[in-house]
Amino acid sequence: MNAPDKDALDRMAALQGLGDARLRKEDARFIQGKGNYVDDIKLPGMLHMDIVRSPVAHARIKKIDKSEALKVPGVVAVLTADDLKPLKLHWMPTLAGDVAAVLADEKVHFQMQEVAVVIAEDRYAAADGVEAVQVEYEELPVVLDPFEALKPDAPVLREDLAGKTTGAHGPRDHHNHIFTWDAGDKAATDAAFASAPVTVKENIFYPRVHPCPLETCGAVASFDPVRGELTTYMTSQAPHVVRTVVSLLSGIPESKVRIVSPDIGGGFGNKVGVYPGYVCAIVSSIVLGRPVKWIEDRIENISSTAFARDYHMEGELAATPDGRILALRTHVVADHGAFDACADPTKFPAGLFHICSGSYDIPAAYAQVKGVYTNKAPGGVAYRCSFRVTEAVYLIERMVDVLAQKLGMDKAEIRAKNFVKKEQFPYRSAFGFEYDSGDYHTALTKVLDAVDYKALRAEQAARRADPNATHLMGIGLVTFTEVVGAGPSKMCDILGVGMFDSCEIRIHPTGSAIARMGTITQGQGHQTTYAQIIATELGIPSEVIQVEEGDTSTAPYGLGTYGSRSTPVAGAAIALAARKIHAKARKIAAHLLEVGEADLDWEIDRFHVKGDPARHKTMKDIAWAAYNNVPAGLEMGLEAVHYYDPPNFTYPFGIYLAVVDIDRATGETKVRRFYALDDCGTRINPMIIEGQIHGGLTEGFAVAMGQQMPFDAQGNLLGNTLMDYFLPTFVETPHWETDHTVTPSPHHPIGAKGVAESPHVGSIPTFTSAVVDAFAHVGVTQMTMPHSAFNVWKTLKATGLAL
Amino acid sequence: MAKKFVAMKVNGKAVEEAVEPRTLLIHFLREKLNLTGAHIGCETSHCGACTVDIDGASVKSCTHLAVQCEGSQVLTVEGLANAGVLHAVQEGFYKEHGLQCGFCTPGMLMRAYRFLQENPNPTEAEIRAGMAGNLCRCTGYQNIVKAVQYAAAKLQQDQKVAA
Repeated sequence: MNAPDKDALDRMAALQGLGDARLRKEDARFIQGKGNYVDDIKLPGMLHMDIVRSPVAHARIKKIDKSEALKVPGVVAVLTADDLKPLKLHWMPTLAGDVAAVLADEKVHFQMQEVAVVIAEDRYAAADGVEAVQVEYEELPVVLDPFEALKPDAPVLREDLAGKTTGAHGPRDHHNHIFTWDAGDKAATDAAFASAPVTVKENIFYPRVHPCPLETCGAVASFDPVRGELTTYMTSQAPHVVRTVVSLLSGIPESKVRIVSPDIGGGFGNKVGVYPGYVCAIVSSIVLGRPVKWIEDRIENISSTAFARDYHMEGELAATPDGRILALRTHVVADHGAFDACADPTKFPAGLFHICSGSYDIPAAYAQVKGVYTNKAPGGVAYRCSFRVTEAVYLIERMVDVLAQKLGMDKAEIRAKNFVKKEQFPYRSAFGFEYDSGDYHTALTKVLDAVDYKALRAEQAARRADPNATHLMGIGLVTFTEVVGAGPSKMCDILGVGMFDSCEIRIHPTGSAIARMGTITQGQGHQTTYAQIIATELGIPSEVIQVEEGDTSTAPYGLGTYGSRSTPVAGAAIALAARKIHAKARKIAAHLLEVGEADLDWEIDRFHVKGDPARHKTMKDIAWAAYNNVPAGLEMGLEAVHYYDPPNFTYPFGIYLAVVDIDRATGETKVRRFYALDDCGTRINPMIIEGQIHGGLTEGFAVAMGQQMPFDAQGNLLGNTLMDYFLPTFVETPHWETDHTVTPSPHHPIGAKGVAESPHVGSIPTFTSAVVDAFAHVGVTQMTMPHSAFNVWKTLKATGLAL
Repeated sequence: MAKKFVAMKVNGKAVEEAVEPRTLLIHFLREKLNLTGAHIGCETSHCGACTVDIDGASVKSCTHLAVQCEGSQVLTVEGLANAGVLHAVQEGFYKEHGLQCGFCTPGMLMRAYRFLQENPNPTEAEIRAGMAGNLCRCTGYQNIVKAVQYAAAKLQQDQKVAA
């Protein structure tokens, strides 16, 4: 093939297709204050709802007195569980097969649980009404530690489940036990441990954190009693699934329920679930016949909506004396809070935690996860990660470091020794995942060379040898593999709906296009990147392709955006819908050029007769013809829809390296350098990828270095405002260096794997690896996050390294 | 609650409204004037999503009463562009990919607008310190720093041309 001429290059550039660092189409509205978030929506006659919440973590509700609240000027109604009972809406099903209270029914199970709602003419009156509702509580013993919760004499938290010895995921062996789930080959793993020359074991706690998007959750529900139609604008990462749930709960046919996710101010997993506030806003609108707005405040968001993590992990590795890993074994106790409201594919109560064999070729592995109720808020969502993948990667990466320390090996060397090799892909892990593609060795070498790893180690040795050094130096290294893009419907469903995703493309007569998707952007830039896929597939400039998502009345059904599934699943749906259009366009082109279809070649934006590029029809020409001149027997129009059920997950990977300096006097940790190499397969828009990586690294930095949700003995959450809960500012946030390799996914139509969550998943253990590494020479193997100055200072003190 | 009249200029336009004295400026702007650019992220003046400019200073409008603005000049993100031409900070955020979900953006832009008048030629460290009252969960700040640098350069260029 000849090199493309200038004309071809110009035409290709004009498309702004795959690989183009195209500026974002979303930005014009956001930079001019014209975004349209839920709280920006104002409907005629709209009321405001506010929530009465429990000040205590575990109590019986003796009495709720609404009378004073109803006297407050502007208050229209107060609803409690008793008001929802006739509608059977005082409890609702969760995504995890449990039930959760919509409004506390006789008992509260966690501090800030929803007890009543006040609906008023404006938000100030609603808040006044909340103050005036009087609730009498009889406090009960509080259980906050999942290990305490499993003791035989522990208080019964979920009286509603009394006598139920089977839950959604199998037998329950204790009143506070939710499920026990396992994966891998227990017998083979135990045998490998029994005969292994070297074993290591470590207890690793991954603390409870909260995704804390800058926009809190909220909804505007509007029921039209005349038409019998319900429209709800809400902060949802999965509007179609919500529509199905709302229809099932309310009895309103799905065709008369419209859920709209407008612009969303960040999700990070926090906006996957269905919260009581949404349900109460909908019920209030149905009952009162007027639109009702509910917008959470920050304290409510952090206290009551879905948390992430809270995994107590015991990890073990068996190995040869020269560092070849023989087996992995892990037992996890998972604190799920008061209701099991994890957002996982139905069959996986611990998500995809069994990706915990990581990037390593480990012959035998076994994982067991036990879910437990406590008096904390429900949740357990994937905070900028695929389901429980952050926990899994943290476990394996920490354990590999611990093994390296025990064997006196370098942490890069032990990783290279155990990597799945390039020629082993597709690689079936001991847990049964089939890794699609990877080249870990090349990526690791690239990073080690880029940072001059040897020089860093030499500098660290010199630092350790100097008793007067004011700072300790630590080097963190993580070589992670993720599993994203849930998922094949044979394995993954939510409430019985397979986890496919969808795209509908319509080409207009003048050659512009609209694509409607089952996903919903929350900052990922779908309106920009999805158009790029179509541009390359169909030869239509990105600029004239509109992308719409989030309105269940116009978009095809899809499972939404979380778990890095938009590109792996919806991105594939786009490519395949476009290819259907491409196939029809070829027929039209053949008709217009009066040749056979086989006589045509596709080139950038046109079909031309083989060997005669001058005889051509552009996609724009074909679009026009599709509405007036199609071959006999062919339908008019140029559109297609595709529902994509992925054959497998995708497996992005990355190599992250951090260098930290720790002040021996204060424990403050300064990230001197952070180098992140990501391989997300085919890269759609490098500018957006880099932005996603910066953001994910910063969220990872937040989790590792400062985020925590501490509770006192009474179950009060100490730190539910941004005064206490750590969101890094411009000042603390390190400078990020990014790099990449490209190993396309062989089973994805354009080879893309998904990227936005890798930096969160990969960076958290990198920070821990670096901080612990600073103390490795004195035998420290484990430090629990967050690595705040105080926590690190405690280790300095304990090891005698404090100045 | 008895209402009180408050008069101010918002984006150059005189407004006079009767409000409850407890009405926060952010609610006044968003709900009375339908200027929904500024957002509420935390209610405790930490996140800066509600930042507007009042009489030449960046103010977090979620902890400022509307009645405190009597006689003031208030500028919000909606007033930043001039006759359809984007302000340099808006252009910078667009060109340098300084936003993702867009929720913090109006506050960021208003802070950047004021900050570059306080310090027209800042170093990166000065930008980071000067903008630290505004939080972003999406971008990791690196591209916002670049956006502010872009705007600083453009504003200086514009000044040179004008002079």
